[in-house]
Amino acid sequence: MSREYIYPAFGRFWHWAQSFLILFLALTGFEIHGSLRFFGYEQAVRFHNFAAWSFLVLIAFAIFWHFTTDEWRQYVPTWENLKAQAEYYLFGIFQDAPHPTQKSRQRKLNPLQKIVYAGLKLFVLPLVWISGLLYMFYRYPQRYDVLALDVTALQPIAFAHTLGAFALLCFLVAHLYLTTTGHTLTSNLKAMVTGWEEMHGDETHSAAEPALAPAEDAAAQPAGPAR
Amino acid sequence: MKKIFLALIGLAVAASLVVTAVRRTDAGPKPIEALRQTYRAKAKPSVDHGLFTQLKGPFARPQQVTAACISCHNGRHTEVMASSHWNWERIEYVEGKGIRAIGKKNVLNNFCIGVAGSQQSCDKCHAGYGWADSSFDFKDPLNVDCLACHDNGGTYAKKIGGAGMPADGLDLALVAQKVGRPQRTNCGTCHAFGGGGNNVKHGDLDMAQFDTTRDVDVHLGTDGADMSCVDCHTAEKHQMLGKAYSLSSMNRNRVACERCHGAVPHEDELLNQHGYKVSCQTCHIPEYAKVNATKMRWDWSTAGKLKDGKPYEEEDGQGNHAYMSIKGTFTWAKNVRPEYVWFNGTASHHLLGEKFDPGKPLVLNTLYGQYDEPDAKIVPVKVHRAKQIYDTKNLTLIQPKLFSAAPGDGGYWGDFDWKAAAAAGMKEVGLPFSGSYGFAETEMNWPLNHMVAPKGKSVTCEECHVREGGRLASVGGFYMPGRDRSRLLDGLGTLLLLGSFAGVVVHGGARFWFWRRRQGGK
Ligand code: HEM
Repeated sequence: MSREYIYPAFGRFWHWAQSFLILFLALTGFEIHGSLRFFGYEQAVRFHNFAAWSFLVLIAFAIFWHFTTDEWRQYVPTWENLKAQAEYYLFGIFQDAPHPTQKSRQRKLNPLQKIVYAGLKLFVLPLVWISGLLYMFYRYPQRYDVLALDVTALQPIAFAHTLGAFALLCFLVAHLYLTTTGHTLTSNLKAMVTGWEEMHGDETHSAAEPALAPAEDAAAQPAGPAR
Repeated sequence: MKKIFLALIGLAVAASLVVTAVRRTDAGPKPIEALRQTYRAKAKPSVDHGLFTQLKGPFARPQQVTAACISCHNGRHTEVMASSHWNWERIEYVEGKGIRAIGKKNVLNNFCIGVAGSQQSCDKCHAGYGWADSSFDFKDPLNVDCLACHDNGGTYAKKIGGAGMPADGLDLALVAQKVGRPQRTNCGTCHAFGGGGNNVKHGDLDMAQFDTTRDVDVHLGTDGADMSCVDCHTAEKHQMLGKAYSLSSMNRNRVACERCHGAVPHEDELLNQHGYKVSCQTCHIPEYAKVNATKMRWDWSTAGKLKDGKPYEEEDGQGNHAYMSIKGTFTWAKNVRPEYVWFNGTASHHLLGEKFDPGKPLVLNTLYGQYDEPDAKIVPVKVHRAKQIYDTKNLTLIQPKLFSAAPGDGGYWGDFDWKAAAAAGMKEVGLPFSGSYGFAETEMNWPLNHMVAPKGKSVTCEECHVREGGRLASVGGFYMPGRDRSRLLDGLGTLLLLGSFAGVVVHGGARFWFWRRRQGGK
């Protein structure tokens, strides 16, 4: 058994902030939608709007981070090992077969994850936040002469937004479940908290492989492996 | 790198804190408090009419009082004589019908139906003296009744069935010496009693508002702004601002809340945005008839039952008339939730002599408007439903003569003979009556503007933004979050979500099963 530093600090912060925001936005959003009652309509709208702005700020930072650190390359889809990964989830996993993709700082995602997360980042999330912004800034055409955003356009905006919300929720369910498919049931979860992931002993890859994590990150975790 | 990010995040948090802090600091008293103080302060009359020799009297006839008024208020009578308070009609453009002179004089409603033939009774509320029939001289200034609106002593009253003449035995000199700016009671004597009783017609104009609390009406409440009617219904040259869409058609001279409160009265921008499409009244008049009941339905078809040959009345247990031989059966209601419609400020009226289809309820005053019209907003209305007399052959509404001055004159309230009443009334308005009559369902829309509730009692978000049974459930043409949705998307989304759960359960279950088998195998 060994440990590997997979998730740098900002990545973890971003991940958890995003997950809580999405959960909260889903809760308040579906109250606005009329599917459930929790905060009361007025509070739900206020909270949703506030969380939405926080989410937008977070997204802006995350985009900046992905590009300045080259982290975005992790999400470029690949055919390599894709079939093996699918077969693993369909068959191998039940037989305790080894993970076909080795996880490392440079490769935090397996090929299936790459595709799903790229889709999430390129399509689903933009669908949600763009429609969400339109929802917020949607104005009655007669007032500000914004003819393009016609009154009747609220329906498609809400449709797109709700569609994205459903997609995110489905992702959330699958995603939460798949966190249990690491070395142990909770090793993925722990990794996202501490940055360090327990690996199958036979999966340990060469310690000589250069760490992509910037020096600061490593410095911030000096006692990491020992903890 | 991490430090930069942390710094940036810290900066963002600090910036948002500053923004919130700045936005919360509104210096000075709130605008609403300033308004309240402005209107609470009552102006002192600049003169004491009790000191004028012209008003010492005695006055044998009310026309002498009018002459005395005119002797100082030179020419004011011409302003009154140009007003609808005097003419009971005005020139209006009615969509699809052109320019017409319409008003109380000639438009039917579904309460006491219409004044023609019953002037002697109805014209108690005319701002004049002696309009008993069509021979009344609308050009005689001395017939202007200044006192009805300007009596501040509270002693003036008009005679029942007296064609607008003062009640018997009044000391007109005393009344004349105590005149001033119109008070709530001056307006309310007629406007709260329209339709033959207190709060019958409007539902939001009740004698209780003469002396009431903020809870009932924030504007009129003596513990609130303590306003009088004419504070909003201002009069330029005796032309009052404000409209009743029971008679008016055009989008003009309306009293707007925005005149005092501005277009963006809320601190919350989300609420201000509602104002583009939702009238202030919609949220701020959650209910009407808060003190006394108002009439919701009037069935004329049951009128005319007599006991021992005499008309009688029955009460409904709440002190309201449930039945009157002279008028039929009534339904009353208190604390009523309004109905809601799109309204752009223009209305149409069913005019005398027009044919209609008695197969469905006839709307006497159609309120126009839909979502995508620039001026249209959702407004609360009282809908008054009735069954009233119509000509089954000519398919026109009938103007019956109701008031009866002498037996045998056709007045329904004396003779209880619909045929005779219809014949007499239709003769008065110059329209044919076939001789056969029936009763047709009619509706009238009364936009609500009064009985504005205190802030804490306004309509809450979820009273409209709710799937079913919301206040705006039947107001269509737009997408409202919380009420509307795509059933298809919701169905598919739910299915997909359940599918995800099912997949997880099956996959997880299989993993567990294989794991158990491996454990057992060891
Ligand atoms: C940056 C991201 C987001 C923005 C800007 C945003 C904005 C909005 C706005 C303005 C509304 C309308 C609220 C109102 O009635 O005033 C709304 C509704 C809603 N939001 Fe979001 N939102 C965002 C993210 C999310 C997320 C992540 C979810 C769920 C996972 C979500 C689910 C919903 C739902 C279900 C509705 C109700 C739609 C309807 O029925 O019309 N939103 N959102």
